[in-house]
Amino acid sequence: MTALHELTVAELSKALRTRTVSSVELARAFLARIEQHQQGLNAFITVLREEALAEAARADARLAAGEEGAVIGVPIAHKDIFCTRGQRTTCGSRMLANFVSPYDATVVERLRAAGAVTVGKTNMDEFAMGSSNETSYFGPVRNPWDPARVPGGSSGGSAAAVAARLAPAATATDTGGSIRQPAALCGVTGLKPTYGRVSRFGMIAFASSLDQGGLITRSAEDSALLLGTMAGFDERDSTSVQLPVPDYCATLEQPLKGLKIGLLKEFFDEGLDPDSAQRIRDGLEVLREQGATLKEVSLPNLPLSVPTYYVVAPAECSSNLARFDGVRYGYRCENPRDLLDLYQRSRGEGFGAEVKRRIMTGTYVLSAGYYDAYYLKAQRVRALISADFERAFHEIDVLIGPTTPTPAFEIGAKTADPVTMYLNDIYTIGANLAGLPAISVPCGLVRGLPVGMQIIGPHFSESRLFNVAHRYQLETDWHRRAPPGFA
Amino acid sequence: MSLNRQDIDKIALLARLALTESEVPAYVENLSRIMALVGELERADTSQVEPMAHPLPGQRQRLRADEVTAGDQRELFQRNAPQVEAGLYLVPRVLE
Repeated sequence: MTALHELTVAELSKALRTRTVSSVELARAFLARIEQHQQGLNAFITVLREEALAEAARADARLAAGEEGAVIGVPIAHKDIFCTRGQRTTCGSRMLANFVSPYDATVVERLRAAGAVTVGKTNMDEFAMGSSNETSYFGPVRNPWDPARVPGGSSGGSAAAVAARLAPAATATDTGGSIRQPAALCGVTGLKPTYGRVSRFGMIAFASSLDQGGLITRSAEDSALLLGTMAGFDERDSTSVQLPVPDYCATLEQPLKGLKIGLLKEFFDEGLDPDSAQRIRDGLEVLREQGATLKEVSLPNLPLSVPTYYVVAPAECSSNLARFDGVRYGYRCENPRDLLDLYQRSRGEGFGAEVKRRIMTGTYVLSAGYYDAYYLKAQRVRALISADFERAFHEIDVLIGPTTPTPAFEIGAKTADPVTMYLNDIYTIGANLAGLPAISVPCGLVRGLPVGMQIIGPHFSESRLFNVAHRYQLETDWHRRAPPGFA
Repeated sequence: MSLNRQDIDKIALLARLALTESEVPAYVENLSRIMALVGELERADTSQVEPMAHPLPGQRQRLRADEVTAGDQRELFQRNAPQVEAGLYLVPRVLE
């Protein structure tokens, strides 16, 4: 029999419903793996051992009572950006190192109500600002494929945990690539849904016109299954859309005959590692063999997405993070001289270098005399980028390209210059700027490291993304490969 | 776009961030590099383009009725406060 930790959510769900395994057994198995690998990977900030075992016992009772539900009893990890009631929620920051959330995020509440068992809170870049997990106050996460390398970020803990089989699935968030980029670097499946699809209530804000909650799983099928539980209107989030949630699992197997795929010309540029490019082309060939047609598409304004993002995201971050004042919650400095000193030192000591860099960039671009030249200009270029995508989707169904320029880089390799780090998100930022859904699926290995293929669709086309990704995963086994030593 | 030490001091004050002396040179350098990257935006002709206000076309921020919907949970919320007394948040004296 396959080891429990090797099973996908769909397989675990079946095993639970046929009573092949109990939820308590599952929780124990995954908690044991978390403990075994915590020191080596640092994927978790908080492990919820007692809570998980109690939740699992309740799930077993629900199953014994004959309750139906695909998620009942399935273990899951939450990125530590999602508030969990009565439990520490740190957002990877010293600022919130002792913050105990008084309420559950809607995502947490929905998964909990559906019977999922929370095993812990995953490590992340501080306030989700980073592409390598090196900005976490709780130390970097290591990539299970090579512990000398980064797992990507900001959802690096979630990606590493799922890749290392410490949890079958984890929640994550994506502002500029923070789900897809670590999923690609860790060889797992990462979905960033359409802006507004998943409630952000209780999800600590970074850049509000870009942030969206999503999932890191081992397969597209698992992502479809869990998104159905997480998504949907929430009156407590003013950006939540009032659209029904389709049955994402119902359309997974639709044939791809006639699917029109656009190859993103701008993504196959000189910055893309040639070996990674070849893996993407191999992946496209698998889809073509299933009847999809390929056509090169150009989005001429897309190369401006990084500079656009590094105005919009810091501007919104500087505004969102103004709430951390050392008064109502969070870190407070010792012996403040006066109120200004309390604000300045609490924030100066409570935030790490990257967060401060972004707050200052945002403060600068929003300051008197610069607003038009930077913020307004960036929002105009953003409209151009968005229009490029819209035009492309008149001709094609999905856009496909790489998720990242290279496989995982070494810890410390890009910390000296923030701009080098920022360019890591060059292929993922576009979908955030335009509010589009996108999924990254493993499509091969380069020098023993995973490569991700990114599929981007029009607004609310998650069903189509799952369908394409699932058909691809039926024909390939890259998503089933475990990092050496973690099988 | 190059920033100098005075710019960084002014930005840090606006952002209410105390920087240590050793942090300042790195921020001068980093922010200058970031603003150089941002300078690429000038390449785009946006004279005929409206700034984007929402990532979803035609969507606007939903408003709710201005009604009290949440109960008083002061005690619960103040458990996370660094310093409270008699239900009040304590800060250094503001008025002499």
